[in-house]
Amino acid sequence: MKFSEQWLRSWVNPALSSDELAHLLTMAGLEVEENEAAAPAFSNVFVAEVLSVSKHPDADRLNVCSVNVGEAGPLQIVCGAPNVSVGIRIPCARIGAVLPGDFKIKQAKVRGIESSGMLCSGKELGLPDDVDGLMILPADAPVGTPIRDYLNLDDRLLTLKLTPNRTDCLSIKGIAREVAALTGTAQTVVEIAAVAPQVDDVRSITLAAGDACPRYAGRVIKGVNQAAPTPDWMKQRLARSGTRSISAIVDITNYVLLEQGQPMHAFDLAKLQGGITVRFAHAGETITLLNDKELKLEADMLVIADEARPVALAGIMGGGETGVEAGAQDVFLESAFFAPAVIAGKARRLGFSSDSSHRFERGVDFGSCRNALERATQLVLDICGGQAGPVQESVAELPARAPVALRVSRVARVLGLALPADEIVAILRRLGLATALAGDVITVTPPSYRFDIEIEEDLIEEVARVYGYDNVPVSASVAKLAMLAQPGNLRGKAALKNILAARDYQEAINYAFVEEKWEADFAGNTAPVKLINPIASQMSVMRSTLFGGLINGLKHNINRRHERVRLFEVARVFHGVAADAQPEKIAGLAWGGREPEQWAAGKDKVDFFDVKADVEALLAPRRAEFRRASHVALHPGRSAEVVVDGLVIGVVGELHPQWSQAYELGSAPVLFELDVAALLAVHKHEARAVSKFQPVRRDLALVVDEHVAVAELLAAFAKVKSPLITGIELFDVYRGKGVEEGKKSLAFKVLMQDTQKTLTDEEVESVVAEIIRRGEGCGATLRA
Amino acid sequence: MVANVQAILEEGLAALAATNDPVELENTKARYVGKEGAISALLKQLGTLPPEEKKSFGATVNQAKQAFEAALNTRREALAAEKLAKQLAAEALDITLPGRGRSAGGLHPVTLVQQRIENLFRSIGFDVADGPEIENDFHNFAALNIPKDHPARAMQDTFYVEGAGEPLVLRTHTSPIQVRYMLDNQPPIKIIAPGRVYRVDSDATHSPMFHQMEGLWVDEGVSFADLKSVIVDFLRNFFERDDLQVRFRPSFFPFTEPSAEIDVLGARGWLEVGGCGMVHPNVLKNVGIDAEQYTGFAFGIGLDRFAMLYYGVNDLRLFFDNDLSFLGQFK
Repeated sequence: MKFSEQWLRSWVNPALSSDELAHLLTMAGLEVEENEAAAPAFSNVFVAEVLSVSKHPDADRLNVCSVNVGEAGPLQIVCGAPNVSVGIRIPCARIGAVLPGDFKIKQAKVRGIESSGMLCSGKELGLPDDVDGLMILPADAPVGTPIRDYLNLDDRLLTLKLTPNRTDCLSIKGIAREVAALTGTAQTVVEIAAVAPQVDDVRSITLAAGDACPRYAGRVIKGVNQAAPTPDWMKQRLARSGTRSISAIVDITNYVLLEQGQPMHAFDLAKLQGGITVRFAHAGETITLLNDKELKLEADMLVIADEARPVALAGIMGGGETGVEAGAQDVFLESAFFAPAVIAGKARRLGFSSDSSHRFERGVDFGSCRNALERATQLVLDICGGQAGPVQESVAELPARAPVALRVSRVARVLGLALPADEIVAILRRLGLATALAGDVITVTPPSYRFDIEIEEDLIEEVARVYGYDNVPVSASVAKLAMLAQPGNLRGKAALKNILAARDYQEAINYAFVEEKWEADFAGNTAPVKLINPIASQMSVMRSTLFGGLINGLKHNINRRHERVRLFEVARVFHGVAADAQPEKIAGLAWGGREPEQWAAGKDKVDFFDVKADVEALLAPRRAEFRRASHVALHPGRSAEVVVDGLVIGVVGELHPQWSQAYELGSAPVLFELDVAALLAVHKHEARAVSKFQPVRRDLALVVDEHVAVAELLAAFAKVKSPLITGIELFDVYRGKGVEEGKKSLAFKVLMQDTQKTLTDEEVESVVAEIIRRGEGCGATLRA
Repeated sequence: MVANVQAILEEGLAALAATNDPVELENTKARYVGKEGAISALLKQLGTLPPEEKKSFGATVNQAKQAFEAALNTRREALAAEKLAKQLAAEALDITLPGRGRSAGGLHPVTLVQQRIENLFRSIGFDVADGPEIENDFHNFAALNIPKDHPARAMQDTFYVEGAGEPLVLRTHTSPIQVRYMLDNQPPIKIIAPGRVYRVDSDATHSPMFHQMEGLWVDEGVSFADLKSVIVDFLRNFFERDDLQVRFRPSFFPFTEPSAEIDVLGARGWLEVGGCGMVHPNVLKNVGIDAEQYTGFAFGIGLDRFAMLYYGVNDLRLFFDNDLSFLGQFK
């Protein structure tokens, strides 16, 4: 809601500066979003009359004018404007004037002729004006009057960012009421008298949907002069409220809307066939609106209809066919109340909004329809002439205003501030709320213009708001001490993130909605969860893998000439719409050098095993099984499922070469993605006794066929049930000289220790022999 | 005789001093105190002397031998020290070369700020709650006192998701986490709910996905004064400014009553940093909490916005570009 401060001050004028007024409104919940000057600062510009015009002797395009600026004698001013002529009244900047842009007016010689000032265009004064040349003022503009006063330029334009509950402040009347309540200043209310009918013409009004439209008032005005100009004062107030002047009749309805908060509509009486009915639309009906939109009406849309057809979409917009156009002589003015629930959402569904729908869907004062109609009538008669018929008004069941009980004790409980009952009552009365106090209970009957007072808390807010939120004390809260649980077998997501950050991964954050293609490429998901209203086609489906975002991040960084990229993300993915189909994943991507480029270090690219180690670090001390598996995004020979306790908790592997190529990544990144939930469980450590006896190490080199996996051997070794074995680990893989082609030599270290005694050679050799025997079961031979 | 001993000793000491090589030093030793050495030879003469001279001459020669051996040890140590010094000098590194190995990565600035805020609230007993991001109408709107077609829904432009039956949305705030938590737990409830949220909006100051952190405290006797004190305490600790000015400005949210916007005073005037209010009794009723017995407050802040303020980031989009040059600053 944008409005002129002066207009508001003509209703209520507290002793506050413009800034103080804006602060008052803001701190009362009517946020002043903008507070701008109506015109830029300038000084020493007056209404003047051009007395004579003669050609400049030395310049074709210049004129030498004699100008009356009121006091003293006429001034000689050289002027270049094409529209200068004798008798016009224009703004004249006198010597000493400072115009917008810090343009100072001084005594000057223009091509040898003295010039004592400047005749101004609207543009030069920073005022909107379409005229090319001087700003022409009305012929009755009083010469010598400062132009700022004459055009009322020392005004400010305030824009309120109103919350949906404060529909009562969508008018000058409403804001004035609020300012009066907040400051205790008396209001100058515009007196509205009933206009006596001068003609008998009426149109019948039928409320066919009384709940949706419980009040409808209308009146005929005959013989209206449509060509009458809108008065300047009204134009100015409309303009300063951001409303364009269209025609006198439309301007008047807009003016009453701004002043009274009552949306109104004027029909061309000649085009209305018979009486008015307010009803829901019938199947198949259509209407073309004032904005030229033709629409098929739906059964839940309320319309104003004449005997032939719908003529307006109730509370939203009038129809084009029955609108008041030039030439219309008789009009029918409408002032009605439509139930918020019936209007709400309709304009949005149709893809537009109007001042009318904005107000009706929030709630319009159903007690003032008739007043607004009288106000509009008087303005029409004053400006356009004509003769008014009697007011026709139909009323059904108006919204109830049930009394709300407010307990003084509850105010203290909710606000943490004990206010005396009489102070609460005083605050509510200042707001114009009818109150009755009995013991602890104040009973309040909300007025017809408030749609946000239904329960006790609504009144508590009103009290707090007027008392001032700032005045509610701030003191340290008191609560019962209770420690938060710290389960020893769980860790937080932060722990996982810290592990990856310590291992040289940078955390990324990607949008949850992605290109549909990514889902197919990186998850093999051809039926992703789709957005109904995506913001762009490349953000149209919900991701079921974090790979796409990481690969996109890689691409972004490759384009920025980064040579080594390691990213991770923790986020939900969406396998479906149910709450349990949105698990959190942790995924990482490594690309480029194994280590940052540095001196005396290898230049190897990161590979599967580097990233496998990162995955193992996330799981440690638990051990995962890595099983060969096929994943649409990954290289079939260089990827694995990660299995913990028999459950697949994720994948790790090199990006499939087809995607590295398609996404132009150069070399293939290595990726992993794991279930966060599976990583949060940690086992609680339990200490074991440490043996005092010497451990023994034996190294074994076993030669096996190339296709034999290390895991097979380790699984075979695990079958040796000796309490002496404390670990068997692979420490080298060798191919080449001394090992037959197609075979590889695997070196294991076997660690043994007894808790009770030092091991004998016999014991050690017997265990080793058993391990070798198990290895032979996998086709291994002891390397010579 | 005695003069001869002294001369031999002096000659021996001079020879030691002139020797710079450990092998040569041992040769010199042999020449004087070895089996055939000059000093050893003097001792052999002892037998030829008259008994009265034997004693004193023996003592003289022994003294000379000890003096020589002492000088020999000193020289040996000096040569060893010299050798070690040479070796150390040869082994010296350019210690200004960079350290070697993997560098460290880092967390996203929004995560860092989220963790900072979580820690602040944990320190006064708030637990962290979580929930799904595709939500139904009940959890995202209806339970929060936002009926269908209510103008308040236009305050949060919503992404809708295809699903069977009931309309589904991408949560527009993290309030549904609070709804779910309240449905599962009775007061006292003290939680914060951080997470990703979604609104149909995209420009330099709006991202279609962003991060919120909401907080909720429901118990007997929780008041608006408590709300103010917790928020002020939080903001002053977050920004580490005891004199930070905070104001509460009346506003409207369907799920709180009274409601307020939270502003802090910055270098360029008041800056809106969040919203808050007393939990609306309808919300408590919707989740089965007795609104007469219990009161509570809720608040919500934008984590991205807090990260922007905390780190001096001026374009929200930087948080979602994943540019290492940007993210690397927060290691």
